[in-house]
Amino acid sequence: MSKLTPTPGQTVGPFYGYALPFNKDNELLAPGSPGSIRLQGTVYDGAGNTIPDAILEIWQPDSEGNVVQRTGSLVRDGYTFTGWGRGSVGNSGVYTFTTVNPGPTAPGAAPFISVAVFARGLMNRLFTRVYLPENEEALANDPLLSSLDPERRKTLIARRDPDGGLTWDIRLQGGDETVFLDFQQDGSLDPVTENPA
Amino acid sequence: MPQDNTAQALESEELVPPAEPHAAHDGKKVETQADLSAEISAIGDRYAQALKNGKGPETMPRLDYAPYRSSILRHPTKSLHHADPETIELYSPAFGHQDVHALESDLTIQHNGEPQGERIIVAGRVLDGDGRPVAGQLVEIWQANASGRYVHKRDQHPAPLDPNFTGVGRCITGADGSYSFTTIKPGAYPWKNHLNAWRPAHIHFSMFGSEFTQRIVTQMYFPGDQLFPLDPIYQSIVDQDARDRLVAQYDHELTSPEWALGYKWDIILTGSKRTWTENEAYGDAGDEE
Repeated sequence: MSKLTPTPGQTVGPFYGYALPFNKDNELLAPGSPGSIRLQGTVYDGAGNTIPDAILEIWQPDSEGNVVQRTGSLVRDGYTFTGWGRGSVGNSGVYTFTTVNPGPTAPGAAPFISVAVFARGLMNRLFTRVYLPENEEALANDPLLSSLDPERRKTLIARRDPDGGLTWDIRLQGGDETVFLDFQQDGSLDPVTENPA
Repeated sequence: MPQDNTAQALESEELVPPAEPHAAHDGKKVETQADLSAEISAIGDRYAQALKNGKGPETMPRLDYAPYRSSILRHPTKSLHHADPETIELYSPAFGHQDVHALESDLTIQHNGEPQGERIIVAGRVLDGDGRPVAGQLVEIWQANASGRYVHKRDQHPAPLDPNFTGVGRCITGADGSYSFTTIKPGAYPWKNHLNAWRPAHIHFSMFGSEFTQRIVTQMYFPGDQLFPLDPIYQSIVDQDARDRLVAQYDHELTSPEWALGYKWDIILTGSKRTWTENEAYGDAGDEE
């Protein structure tokens, strides 16, 4: 357990739009370049309405499964894959990234992209993962996925589009709510409700 | 050089999320500060009782905090799923001086003239849960100007824009985790959560740790703000000690003579899960140049 108590998060608010976005923020590589795919989806609230003021970040290994530690995400040179991107949803709640299929970081591991979600009205960022739909054996052996019941598990697995891209929606609330993750082992962080069970 | 994006932001339709749509906009009874304050204190009373009954202190905001009306449909209703971070989550993206120009940390020099308002320096350190400095990482800030107006098309608050102030800054932390911004003290900002709702003056902060699980976006406040008890966003952190962690301290040592008042604010990220190598523990500038 940590020695120091962490600083609390706060909502990103409504006015991040002139501060957090930057040129090519959602293009981890140039659209149309060899190996590039589109990752896209829609962000929904608990009433099933699209959220027009959410911003997402993805962080992923390269197509070989290597964790990249290269600078240059904010000023992309068009050639260096940094593994990180930021994408604002548009007015219809749709986000888009251009990236590569992440590779497995260990033999037999299920490849996934780590995702952080921010929105007006969302008090603190949420973490989740989006898995590639192929390789059912790897998905079945994944420590996180195998700890979830099937209905919830499917919220973390993208659909493969006919053009080779991925579609993955985020539901902040509701029956088919996306699984969001708590990485702190002591259970002290991220209280969801006033009286957590 | 920092971008002059004032005009660009005001003209772009893409950068227009709706402002808080609640009070007096939907035909419902207008909710007053008294209504909201009653809800806020009821939640606070129940938390105080829970502490007395032996519950541990909370350190984060409630995701489910109805007094902030926009949170009602935007919080998960299922408990967050406990997971051990794996591979990619145990690392952070790398940022360096290719990404951020040194001048981006001074929000008062991005235009041709001096911005209006009280010039301030906000500085501190980014540390992980074990007190290790987070070196070579990205810090981003954004804020309203001195009159409480954001450079954002949907901000309709009839306070003046300042042609010499955009309110966006970035920097890369030093080897000791330090950051420093020169800016203008932001004004209080009215929003439409309820009738006569005002946000305490604040600066939005976005930080990365050494691991992606430490990613944080938060808000820094100024000491002694009279709006603290009234603000549902500040109050969504129900624990006073935790709220205090978002309030900077006036620091006369940091104040620059004849120039700017100094405020000190340290950020503690959540604990790290990765086993660190000696090199990492001693700090890496995170920059390949």
